Amino acid sequence: MGRKLLIHNDKVPNIHTLEVYRAHGGYASVEKALKTMTPDQVTDEVKKSGLRGRGGAGFPTGLKWSFLAKPEGVPRYLVCNADESEPGTFKDRYLMEHIPHALIEGMITSSYALGAKTSYIYIRGEYFYVARIVENAIREAYAAGLLGENILGTNFSHDCYVQVGGGAYICGEETALLESLEGKRGNPRIKPPFPAVAGLWGCPTVVNNVETIAAVCPIVNMGGDEYAKIGVGKSTGTKLISASGHINKPGVYEIELGITVEDFIYSEEYCGGIRNGKKLKAVVAGGSSVPILPAELILKTAKGEPRLMTYESLSDGGFQTGTMLGSGGFIAMDEDTSIVKNLFTFARFYHHESCGQCSPCREGTGWMEKILKKFLNGTANESDVELLWDIQSKIEGKTICPLGEAAAWPVAAAIRHFKQEFLDIAKSKKFIDVSHYNRLNKITA
Amino acid sequence: MKVTIDGIEIDVPKGTTILQAARMIGPEVAPPTMCYYTKLKTSGGYCRTCIVKVTKGSTQNPNPMPKPVASCRTEVMDGMEVQNITSPEILEARKGVVEFLLINHPLDCPVCDQAGECKLQDLGYEHGSAKTRYEFKRREYDMIDIGDKIKLHMTRCILCYRCVKTCEQITDGRVHGVVHRGDAAEISTYIAKAIDNEFSGNVIDVCPVGALTDKTFRFKQRVWFTKPVDAHRSCTKCSGKTRVWLKGDEVLRVTARKDQWDEVEEFICNSCRYDHKQVSDWVIEGPSKISRQSVISQNHYEHLNELKLQVLKQQKALGFMPLDKRP
Repeated sequence: MGRKLLIHNDKVPNIHTLEVYRAHGGYASVEKALKTMTPDQVTDEVKKSGLRGRGGAGFPTGLKWSFLAKPEGVPRYLVCNADESEPGTFKDRYLMEHIPHALIEGMITSSYALGAKTSYIYIRGEYFYVARIVENAIREAYAAGLLGENILGTNFSHDCYVQVGGGAYICGEETALLESLEGKRGNPRIKPPFPAVAGLWGCPTVVNNVETIAAVCPIVNMGGDEYAKIGVGKSTGTKLISASGHINKPGVYEIELGITVEDFIYSEEYCGGIRNGKKLKAVVAGGSSVPILPAELILKTAKGEPRLMTYESLSDGGFQTGTMLGSGGFIAMDEDTSIVKNLFTFARFYHHESCGQCSPCREGTGWMEKILKKFLNGTANESDVELLWDIQSKIEGKTICPLGEAAAWPVAAAIRHFKQEFLDIAKSKKFIDVSHYNRLNKITA
Repeated sequence: MKVTIDGIEIDVPKGTTILQAARMIGPEVAPPTMCYYTKLKTSGGYCRTCIVKVTKGSTQNPNPMPKPVASCRTEVMDGMEVQNITSPEILEARKGVVEFLLINHPLDCPVCDQAGECKLQDLGYEHGSAKTRYEFKRREYDMIDIGDKIKLHMTRCILCYRCVKTCEQITDGRVHGVVHRGDAAEISTYIAKAIDNEFSGNVIDVCPVGALTDKTFRFKQRVWFTKPVDAHRSCTKCSGKTRVWLKGDEVLRVTARKDQWDEVEEFICNSCRYDHKQVSDWVIEGPSKISRQSVISQNHYEHLNELKLQVLKQQKALGFMPLDKRP
């Protein structure tokens, strides 16, 4: 059994209440940090732990915190990015739904380290019921003196607010999130300046993922060095993986970074193998925007070494033969899956979620979706594969925010690894039925 | 600060953007812009036509930037090296951006009032390809009247946000913005509320395409058959310095004066723009400076005179005798 630090007591009844959470060792990190440590010491522990952002990019959290500008007389903010919208990722929801106090504990400890008097939890619109759970938890924390003035009798005061978004994927991009939090249209800002210098209302701001903030508690409790012992190389600690697709046991799993991908898919502790005894065809390892990999490349790297669930191992070989850990949205597909059809659903999603600010993404995502629809309608030609490749290459890296890349990478990877499938469909002119998507189209159109 | 653009070095003050530095060097190396507007704060960065490659970040940090950057929103660093027209990669990427801008554009130039002074036409001519690869139905919207003087033709819009920034920054009270998202996004006055203020007409001038047109000028005349002259009048609301577009003795329209980069020099009020359509209302200063490349310059007396002189000079040099002097 791997070690669990975040969701080890998720099955305890009523763990969402403050009473039960504290009885199981909750808020120990707040006590420890506020009473025995200085803010810089907390930051140092996080730096030592080697914790990396769990939202997708994997940027070292300690480093991000140390970039925070600290001018005199200007408030600083901590913003928790709970706008978890990446298709295939549902770990933050699980954490907030079951153990909301783990997030709030992390928010208090992190805010103490950053010197933030106010923090915000930005929850995506579709998670309104999760927002209620978190709000209730905040109310409990205020009543117990864990939030508000002079927390636990110390000089540190802190307020935490929940803000529910409007249900836009783009608001998970940190600067779009800040715009939305300010009450504006959720368009990503042009960087620089980065939020660490000018973020929420022009003040220095740190934006962290739910899981990152929750992981600060065990780091403070056990010490950064101890935390860094878990994992392999620069991928330290544990990570929540949202496993979905054609596996026997889909769900949220906490893994120690460094287990093999093969272990994760086939062991009984985690996914329990491919359902109905089918063979594995492909895996999207980190949420819909990371490149898809065929079975032989996800289990073993191009060099023939076993692939591990770490930031480095998954990206081994670059995009030619590798992928990314991303946000940990692990989607496994069996041998019957149509890659083209799957790609169409992804492309349709990015088309729908593009904010429309910069031209390559606004126009290109829709164009790609239309071409993929042609494949499904059986009207595509072989030259359309080339066109699709050309379009994605003209979106990638030319946009303001990473949504352009997120839309281009799946297309590029599908063509790179499964080109024959596209050509076969173009040749056979076979009609692939996606009429069951129309219901969704009516809602979203 | 020293910055090198396409191998040409220039000294610029701190805070200058790459685009401004390139414009200081000259139009040859200046990247094209569709959304950036010097007069409007926070404009730029949306259209991506001005992307350039930074091959050397600065003297202190000589690493190249990993991705192409929008030159209009990136400030120069000391010792920065930038490639624009010397980078085939950038030219290719720009071609891609132009293609994206054009796939949903109606290409109705023959009936569009902006034709002849349209930035998208120029951009497509310089950087686009002759044939489209887009085979689907183009996006369409109904035409909307914004107030009684402005026509919004959303189908032609490229979402440059210039009009939005104009409404935000030169007048009080935000009544104009963007609704919806992605390729369904459109500029709009909220709940079809008309733009009702003294400076609303300026959105027509900042629009790079024919999405916002002057209803008092629509279908009156192709711009290249009109004669632009610089004129002024004493106005209590604005500077009163305008460009008056004449056809004979008739004032067809009044716009703000534009500089070398097709940007408004001074915003003008609606009274000057719509209410003074008599030659007697204006003190005419002389022909406007119109770029030689522009189709509008064909009516330009200044250039025509210059051209005639040049022709004469060449004829003289060649020993050519004018027709009327021949025996």
